[in-house]
This record gives sequence, C-alpha cells and structure tokens, in this order.
Amino acid sequence: MASTETTDAKPTGGKATGGGNDLAGLEAGLDALETVQTGRTPFRKTLVDKILPPVVAVLLVLVVWQILVWAEVVDSYKLPAPSEVWSEVRDAWLQGTLHEYIWTSVSRGLLGFLMALAIGTPLGLLVARVKFVRAAIGPILSGLQSLPSVAWVPPAVLWLGLNDRMMYAVILLGAVPSIANGLVSGVDQVPPLFLRAGRTLGATGLRGTWHIVMPAALPGYLAGLKQGWAFSWRSLMAAEIIASSPELGVGLGQLLENGRTANSMSMVFFAILLILIVGIAIDLLIFSPLERSVLRSRGLLPNR
Amino acid sequence: MATALAKAADAGTSVAHAARIEHVSKSFAGPAGQQLVLDDITLDVAPGEFVTLLGASGCGKSTLLNLVAGLDRPSAGGITTDGRPALMFQEHALFPWLTAGKNIELALKLRGIAKSERRDKAEELLELVRLKGAYGKRVHELSGGMRQRVALARALAQDSKLLLMDEPFAALDAITRDVLHDELTRIWRETNLSVLFVTHNVREAVRLAERVVLLSSRPGRIAREWTVDIPQPRRIEDADVAELSVEITEQLRGEIRRHGQH
Repeated sequence: MASTETTDAKPTGGKATGGGNDLAGLEAGLDALETVQTGRTPFRKTLVDKILPPVVAVLLVLVVWQILVWAEVVDSYKLPAPSEVWSEVRDAWLQGTLHEYIWTSVSRGLLGFLMALAIGTPLGLLVARVKFVRAAIGPILSGLQSLPSVAWVPPAVLWLGLNDRMMYAVILLGAVPSIANGLVSGVDQVPPLFLRAGRTLGATGLRGTWHIVMPAALPGYLAGLKQGWAFSWRSLMAAEIIASSPELGVGLGQLLENGRTANSMSMVFFAILLILIVGIAIDLLIFSPLERSVLRSRGLLPNR
Repeated sequence: MATALAKAADAGTSVAHAARIEHVSKSFAGPAGQQLVLDDITLDVAPGEFVTLLGASGCGKSTLLNLVAGLDRPSAGGITTDGRPALMFQEHALFPWLTAGKNIELALKLRGIAKSERRDKAEELLELVRLKGAYGKRVHELSGGMRQRVALARALAQDSKLLLMDEPFAALDAITRDVLHDELTRIWRETNLSVLFVTHNVREAVRLAERVVLLSSRPGRIAREWTVDIPQPRRIEDADVAELSVEITEQLRGEIRRHGQH
C-alpha cells in the first residue's frame, strides 16, 4: 500500500530525490538545454533565397524569347515579340476589359471550387470511414481522377446546354474526385497511435472524427484541395475553350479561342499568360500559405 | 486534483480495486494457428498502489495493458476497472495540431468539463508537471522529456483512478528518465492515483514500484511477485534498489533461458 506520508520529502543529505527545489532546478536546466530555438528568417535572406531565383528565371525566358524573335527563327505571326504581347495587355487594361476577362473566369473557378469542396469533403469522409462505401465507390473515385475533365464537356453541353451550369458541372466532375481522394489519403495516413490516444481520451465515433481524424488528416486534405483547385481551373478552361456562346461572356478560355479564330498569336499568348498567372497566383496567395502555416505549426517544415 | 487526504483514506480500506484482472487469457491468430499470448493472468491493483509489470519482449505486457485500457478484448477471463483508465504510451502521442495546453484541454473537454474551467485546470496540471508557461508551446517545440510530462498532464486531466503506462520513458536519455522517475513518484504520492507501469527495465521497475510483477514469455504468465519495501524517495542507483534488481534480473534471465532450451 502507498506510504501514508504523502507530502514531498525534504531533501536530506545525499537522498535528494523528491526534493522540490533540487528537482525543479534540474528539470528547468534540462528543459532549457533541450528546447529548440527558432527565429524568423530576415527579409534579406527571404529575398535572396526565395524571390530572386524565379525572377531571374522569368527574365531569362524573356531574353531568350526576344533573341528568338530578333533572329527570326520562325515567321513573326507564329512567334510575336514580347512587346506585342505586352501591348495586348496594355490595350485590355486601357479598355477596361482585362479585369473583366479575369473576373469572369476566376469567379466561375472559385465558385465551382467551393461547390466541389462542399461535395468532396463529406464524400471523402464517407469513403474513408465507411468500409462499404469505400469498397463500392473508392476505386471509381480514384479512377475518375485520371479521366481528363475535358471529356466531360460534350456530355455536359448536351445535358445542360451552353450556360454557366454546364461550366460548373464540368468543374465539379473534375475537382470533386481529387478533393475527396485527398481527404481519403489524409485519413489513411493518420498514425494509429493518435487514434488509440484519442480513444483512451474518450474520443470515439463522431467525436473521434471531429477531434482526432479530421485535424490529423488536414495536411493530406490540404494537398487534395490544392490539386482540386488545379483541376477546377483546368476543367473550366477546357469548358470555356470548347463551349462559346455570347451569353457566357468572355473568360480567359474564350479569349484564347478568340485569338485562334482571329489568327492573332499575340492574343493567344496573352490569354495563355493570363491563365498561367491566375493559376499560380491563386496557389501562391491562398493554398501555399495555408499549407505552410499548417505544416509549420506542426513542426513539419524543416527550415523556414 | 485529489488531495493527500483522499489517498490516506483509500489506504485504510482495501475492499475496492483500481483494476481487477481475473484469469485473463489472450490469443491471436498467427501463422501457426491460434497463438496464446497471455495465459491465465490474475492480478489486482489496489487503490493508490504502484505496480510494475516486468518482462522480456514477447511476454505480452503491452497486450495486457491494452486489455486493461479497453482497447482490446480478452479471449477468456474478465477485467474490471474503477472507471475508464488513462493510458500513456512510449511515444508521447500528443496531437501536433494543438498546443501543449490545448492537448490537455481536449482531454478535459472529452471528460465534459465546462469551457470556462478548462483553461485554469490545464494551467494547474502544467504546473503540476512543472511546465508552467508551456501552455502555448507547440509539441515540436518541446524536448522529449517535456513532451512526456505534457502527456502525463494530459493523462492526469482524465481524472482516472488508474493510470496505465506503457514503457513511457523508454525512449528518453538516462538523465531525463531519472528526473521523470522522480516526477512520477512525486505526483503519484501527491494524488490517490493507482499506477500499472509496464517496462522491461528491471531497475526502473524497482525504482518506481511498490510491487513488481514478473511475467514469463510466450505465453505470458505471472512468474513471480516482489513487494518493494524500500522507502520512497528512492534513487535508481541506491544500493537496496540495485540489490533487489540483481535478484529479479536473475529470475528474468532464467525465464528467458528456458526459451533457448527447445
């Protein structure tokens, strides 16, 4: 049975085991020695390490491009000069159509993505947690990921006609599988130890899903979201290029198609450039910071 | 937290049990048919008692702990515990998406503690494991020893009568382990907690326990029990700890040797 003397023993002679101050001091020393010190990276270092390299790469591409134009390697209608593409940008800006092109597509893309999020998340959770559902639709869901979403454009046009609904349908068919699959693989990678720890704390059933499984699966889920956005954007461009109608307004895909019919390579380049920039910008502004902050808070980023 | 008084009161009554393991057997389906891992284990842990389960690998000590924790079911026999036991693992098992304080608060929340009380209770528990000020720290910002102390605080937050510990200090360096032994002894004596502590380290078992239970391997059976009369606080290098450790180690080696004979 436990000793009835229940207060902390004072340190006596060599036997200082339970001694409050002695132990506390030793512990404080150990804690201080073993704690990792982390600090913020100075801005200059970020500039040199992260921002400078891509800027140099872009400049290099522009230089090579200009050289190719000067050397007249191909006919000028096949390869417009950077300045011609730039003047397309400037004209669109001055006419006020630039932000219209971008907004038409971005608003569609983001709204479609949000819908895909609302459908893909519960679907992924269902597939990950319910054995029967996983066996039933798991393989189909991962198979759908390899189907190019442009394949959905013809049936979507036939089912829904040339309208926004058809665009959203194509985005959903492209993005929902990757969001759901991302969540499934996130859940599959949750260490069993967390589940056991959660169960001993009393987190079972829905409470376990909410408090343990979902947050533990967050990194995989975010990777799925990132991919889901890429799929949304690609599906939308496919839909906009193929399905054109005056009521739909001019989005970026439409702009690209207009450039082709007008035989204007500078407009085609302009459109491709915008599509690329928007895709990168959304990733850089929304998904990358989100992913980094989640990984950093869990100590999963090696160095800042 | 429970008071010293509660512990003294418990010491007077020996009717109740923190855990009662009766004729428990466990077998798993293996390549050679059913494999018996635990064979007819009977063991009581009294309220406030500190028991270590000692054994070589393959003796099923972790399996037994899982059964007591309710994470698995015995093939035969029965286990009763006084409420749901808390469990500490060799890995800290803290949730990396929460701070140290929020890890403890999650345990409080799942226990049904009101939101307004959680913060204070969590700070109180952190103070108990001498980690005042670590509330907002992320798990990766803590050292191995600090993580296990937060894990201990989280286990204590469950306010269970019984704490199960599965080699919780095995992955720590020797100095840190000694310090955590002292901490665990101190906290155990300040509360009326019963502890069932699994280890393969004989000295650790003797250092901590009031009773050491030796399990034989394949299948796990209770081979022998020792009552440790050495007064607390003890140190792992104490002569009387060493002496009993030698005796137990001899027996343990004998158990292991038997397996090489056929």
